[in-house]
Amino acid sequence: MDKTWNNKAWFLVLPVLLLVGFSAVIPLMTVVNYSVQDTFGNNVFFWAGLSWFEQVLNSSRFHDALVRNLVFSLTILAIEIPLGIFIALNMPRKGWGVPVCLVLMALPLLIPWNVVGTIWQVFGRVDIGLLGRTLAAMGIDYNYATNPVAAWVTVVVMDVWHWTSLVVLLCYAGLVSIPDAYYQAAKIDGASRWSVFRYIQLPKMHRVLLIAVLLRFMDSFMIYTEPFVVTGGGPGSTTTFLSIDLVKMAIGQFDLGPAAAMSIIYFLIILLLSWIFYTVMTNYDARR
Amino acid sequence: MAKIELEHIKHSYLPNPVKDADLALKEVHHSWSDGGAYALLGPSGCGKTTLLNIISGLIRPSHGRIVFDGTDVTDLSTQERNIAQVFQFPVVYDTMTVYDNLAFPLRNRGVPQAEVDRAVRDILEMIDLADWSGRRARGLTADQKQKISLGRGLVRADVNAILFDEPLTVIDPHMKWVLRSQLKQLHHKFGFTMVYVTHDQTEALTFADKVVVMYEGEIVQIGTPEELFERPSHTFVGYFIGSPGMNVMPVKVEGAKAHLGSAVIDLPGAADTSRSRRLELGVRPEYVRLGRQGHPVHIRKVEDIGRHKIVRADLGGMEVAAILGEHDELPTDAHVSFDPAGINLYADSWRVDLGGQNG
Amino acid sequence: MNSQTNLSGARVVHRSVSASARAPSAQNDALARKMRRRGQKARFSWLVPTLYIVFLLLPIYWLVNMSFKTNAEILGGFSLFPQNPTLRNYMVIFTDPSWYSGYINSIIYVVLNTTISVAVALPAAYAFSRYRFLGDKHLFFWLLTNRMAPPAVFALPFLQLYSSFGLIDTHIAVALAHCLFNVPLAVWILEGFMSGVPKEIDETAYVDGYSFPRFFIKIFIPLISSGIGVAAFFCFMFSWVELLIARTLTTTDARPIASVMTRTVSASGLDWGVLAAAGVLTIIPGALVIYFVRNYIAKGFALGRV
Repeated sequence: MDKTWNNKAWFLVLPVLLLVGFSAVIPLMTVVNYSVQDTFGNNVFFWAGLSWFEQVLNSSRFHDALVRNLVFSLTILAIEIPLGIFIALNMPRKGWGVPVCLVLMALPLLIPWNVVGTIWQVFGRVDIGLLGRTLAAMGIDYNYATNPVAAWVTVVVMDVWHWTSLVVLLCYAGLVSIPDAYYQAAKIDGASRWSVFRYIQLPKMHRVLLIAVLLRFMDSFMIYTEPFVVTGGGPGSTTTFLSIDLVKMAIGQFDLGPAAAMSIIYFLIILLLSWIFYTVMTNYDARR
Repeated sequence: MAKIELEHIKHSYLPNPVKDADLALKEVHHSWSDGGAYALLGPSGCGKTTLLNIISGLIRPSHGRIVFDGTDVTDLSTQERNIAQVFQFPVVYDTMTVYDNLAFPLRNRGVPQAEVDRAVRDILEMIDLADWSGRRARGLTADQKQKISLGRGLVRADVNAILFDEPLTVIDPHMKWVLRSQLKQLHHKFGFTMVYVTHDQTEALTFADKVVVMYEGEIVQIGTPEELFERPSHTFVGYFIGSPGMNVMPVKVEGAKAHLGSAVIDLPGAADTSRSRRLELGVRPEYVRLGRQGHPVHIRKVEDIGRHKIVRADLGGMEVAAILGEHDELPTDAHVSFDPAGINLYADSWRVDLGGQNG
Repeated sequence: MNSQTNLSGARVVHRSVSASARAPSAQNDALARKMRRRGQKARFSWLVPTLYIVFLLLPIYWLVNMSFKTNAEILGGFSLFPQNPTLRNYMVIFTDPSWYSGYINSIIYVVLNTTISVAVALPAAYAFSRYRFLGDKHLFFWLLTNRMAPPAVFALPFLQLYSSFGLIDTHIAVALAHCLFNVPLAVWILEGFMSGVPKEIDETAYVDGYSFPRFFIKIFIPLISSGIGVAAFFCFMFSWVELLIARTLTTTDARPIASVMTRTVSASGLDWGVLAAAGVLTIIPGALVIYFVRNYIAKGFALGRV
């Protein structure tokens, strides 16, 4: 659409600017402020330069959390995106099944995140949980509180449970926008099931998939509440993701300097990765 | 290239149709000859697309059989029937090039590359997109896309029939003429059976050898354009074809005389109409004579549309349209009479054969 | 009969009619078998969503199941159904004000946040969808980066910011803090829906003598009402499910239900029954909202951008 040049439009944006400025810029300034200062208490601060950044960037604690988080994000993307597409492809297109599927599938998305954690904490417990009991009865050593593998599997399965529906609903929205004539034409052209997917359905889902990948990546990279409730970052620190580590440092230990420096590094990493994802996928789109 | 027989086809989109109104397609029983060019003409919702989809196999009819050249194909898929179909709105595979789009139906059938290439190049030439063959289909205009859709239908020269579902809706008027004449040429060249759905009478009359007029889920007449014009077998055909449509006037009939209000009109022959509930006289405006003889009328309105004038007259409370030549004068004390060659009698909407007429 | 010969033949001569009418060949047979197999697969495709829904509902069922059991039964035995169904857990929640006020607090700040977010996002989204102005692209991108801000990064600064304004433990503090990620989201969603409304509508309205505010309220807002619904749904959803910031900014008076739940850890250990009942009750508002918007869900999730 051709847009007219009109600087008065700034007035329309002003409320958003003030509001987001208030709730984003000022806190961010505080963070920057802390990240370059040190204190011995009593609200006396002195300049610390970039030493906190060096400390955080060199700490193995940060490296480990970063790697864990990256592995986690990539794992859930690798599961949720294909699974979401597969389920969306098999959803009914009309009839009473559609609202039933949509409502039930959207349900996990609207459960408060700590309740998601609680649900899985309870579900997976060896003593009282259906899953934990069943696995134990089958002779599988499953205890997310002591076994790192079990903890990881629980956290990943919980995220798949929580968020795959988002991918399903996005893909479904793309699929239902395909006119019937496309499927009919494909039948007449003798296209195989795979060709229909590759040349009709995937191109139509492509834009929503971009949204899905970006949202899922960003949110999984910021994940805090759900694993915190279930594992508390343990056993040991095997499920301590970046946000969990940060909150531990800032509110638990009140190490404001390193926490602030880590916050900035963390935020920058998310921006950078999101930007890379976005450019790579839009460039790929343009080339196709 | 096949003879298509539709044997007692009925279709309903409802699971358990009980009454006639549940049927999207009431009984259709016809046979369409091999190599014919048929146009399915009718208003929106008359069942023409349903019939087309039944022929192509996208819909399985609730009742009846479809036979291609003596083989029952009712349970066969579209692919097995070997049919090509072009839809109302362009269907292109966005991510493929123009060339790959055209090659797609052939590659899916395992045609060797050399054959594919030759067929695709022929079609590219024909639809005038040879310069675009390497381009992605995504950015093309609507009529270029529709040309690709047409091309995909035409690229398989061995098809039993090609079905067109209002394929020129999105094409601009000039291009319509070009594409329509190309289609006609192709038809003459390859002689496949062609079925062309449209709601545009000009398109149907200029394109097809035989026009199939549908109304409320049934075929009301199959005929050449002349037959449809001269002897509409259903009042709907009279209304729908011709501009303005046929005059249809309720009458009472005694022997070979029709009483239209107080006016008495001589019919070309007598007919037994005792069992019919509703009788109507149908006369095309072209056969209504305005002059000093006949029945007195009151002129309501004269529309000058260039080559001729349309006169709307009032005959005993009934509106009658008549065509008057551009230079003909409207008589001051106007009377109408009906040319016996153009008088049709309809009993419950269907034409009654009056004898003494060829038709 | 095979397609190559047909193709080459038909290009030159009119192919004989009988060829296509011959009894189904081997190739056609194979095809027919393939089609039948495909048809069979289609008949079982309902299994996939069904299994997925079972997977989704099983943990929720377990929570519901537990909420009707006594603590003794939860810890003592293992049963798929409550043996002695009890409403005690729910009674605890409905009779203790510190429990049910948690729900009221949550609802208040979620509704506040949804209202504020949509109200300020509407004019901004209009500006982005209709005009070019100095720095518009940068501004839009900057707004979106706030959606990527980890709540963990902002938790502590928020605490300090709102304490200095004396807003700690108020509903408005949480509502404003949640604007950080909801306003960018609302702007983004609304911009998508607004771009789908032809510009000619604005121009016609101005020609007809509408002022901007009157046009915006009388004509434009009704046109994008589904977009507003979707944006409100998303704001509601993200504000309702967020806990980290909400918990940091509240202590007692505005405490969200999700945070109250952590209270079930008492001296005698966890009160599992009450925890489960509280969890079930937090699922209900979300379920209600989904039920009301069920017909817009699929389209809404595409954010008007398909």
